[in-house]
Amino acid sequence: MRYLMLVCVDEDVEPNADPQPWIDQMEGRGVRRMGNRLRPVRDSTTVRVRAGEVLVADGPFAETKEQIGGFDILECADLDEAIEIASKHPAAAFGTLELRPFWER
Amino acid sequence: MSARDAVAAAFREERVKVLATLIHLTGDWELAEECVQDAFEAALAHWPDDGVPRRPGAWLTTTARNRALDRLRRSNVEATKLREAAKVPDAEDDEWGDDRLRLVFTCCHPALPLDARVALTLRTVAGLTTEEIARAFLTPTATMAQRLFRAKAKIREAGIPYRVPAPDLLPERLTGVLGVVYLLFNEGYSGRRELAEEAIRLGRLLEQLMPTETEVRGLLGLMLLHHARADARTNDAGDLVPLDEQDRARWHRGLIDEGVRLLTGTTTPYQLQAAIAACHATAATAQDTDWWRISVLYEQLASLTPSPFIELNRAVAVAMADGPEAGLTLVDALDSSDTLDGYHLLPAVRADLLRRLRRRTEAAAAYEQALTQAPTEPERRYLRRRIAEVRG
Repeated sequence: MRYLMLVCVDEDVEPNADPQPWIDQMEGRGVRRMGNRLRPVRDSTTVRVRAGEVLVADGPFAETKEQIGGFDILECADLDEAIEIASKHPAAAFGTLELRPFWER
Repeated sequence: MSARDAVAAAFREERVKVLATLIHLTGDWELAEECVQDAFEAALAHWPDDGVPRRPGAWLTTTARNRALDRLRRSNVEATKLREAAKVPDAEDDEWGDDRLRLVFTCCHPALPLDARVALTLRTVAGLTTEEIARAFLTPTATMAQRLFRAKAKIREAGIPYRVPAPDLLPERLTGVLGVVYLLFNEGYSGRRELAEEAIRLGRLLEQLMPTETEVRGLLGLMLLHHARADARTNDAGDLVPLDEQDRARWHRGLIDEGVRLLTGTTTPYQLQAAIAACHATAATAQDTDWWRISVLYEQLASLTPSPFIELNRAVAVAMADGPEAGLTLVDALDSSDTLDGYHLLPAVRADLLRRLRRRTEAAAAYEQALTQAPTEPERRYLRRRIAEVRG
């Protein structure tokens, strides 16, 4: 199973942990395929096309307290393994991790 | 036993096991359910002429599996899935093993919403129909069907595994399973006796798997101690008989002994509730009940899992141990906290205590209040009887 793991954090809270040991561990296990940290939502842009017109706006898709601060692509056996991997990510201790299965297997 | 009775018995005793195996073999909940249904229909068609097979469960599983293989072949499913489904059972003597625990843990997976966990367990493990579950939860049938459909879709699409969790995950997952099993038991307690028995069967199975798990023993003990009184709990008219009026000769001694043997301490919620149930179940007469110990156990329970319902029970125990005045103090404190607003047992308990204190006018008023909130006719009958007494 492949999952997109969205790392959602409150941008006003300074991350107090370095994800690198987690990245090393999970790449060592072969379950993290790729991922990255994202620039804050103040640098975010939304795009929509309505009635043929491209509508560009500043800001994220949704105004919420926690924003997507990064993502990882996991390849693992099942949801229980994905949960185990996510629970070891340092952001799990102060943010929220969302696991979304890929549409195609 | 007629063939028809044999099918009915097999449905009661083998359905969950056959279904659990089919889900394991096919990995497809909908397909498994349909094929198990087909297998029981085939049994109805064949057993009257061919005779009841020596192992009805194995016959049903084989029939359901063959049906699944047919359907998978026809729908041109990829070869791997077909190989999986075609796998012969591990044991040589055509026993299919027991996948019921896998089924239970998967139904109770925390990635499913709680209402879906309960519904799915009732549907697949307890075998209730969607209509029955909908009725039990005062939900439209279509909503319940959608909830079950969504739950099965999530199991499939999100990759929820079909297995008993690894040892490091087991304790937390187990808490969720026990909650659902207890809910199932309570469903049976309020009438559907076979559900209570199914819950006890599940409890026993869990106890076999984790004999050292305190709360598995606690829940099983609690259920057994309650179930031991099942025969004495209703009279011939179907009315509920209060604990102190029950014929204790009709309590099931074997279940009580078994329940008591499962008690290991008083540090966890189910163990505490079981210990309270044991106080009642082991008292030779209602007068012999150790109310002081019960009040202490309720106090420990309230400190572990604070709840106004537990406080109310504690007030009853304190009233029995130290007199109605002491109980009334606790009840009045609860009353003024408003946490049990609209819950009929609060004024009902209050009324009973006032009656015992011979404060008849206040007692009558409290009974009247309880009467307007009581949800069932037997309870209203009981309250009217009391009102007539105190007005005497």
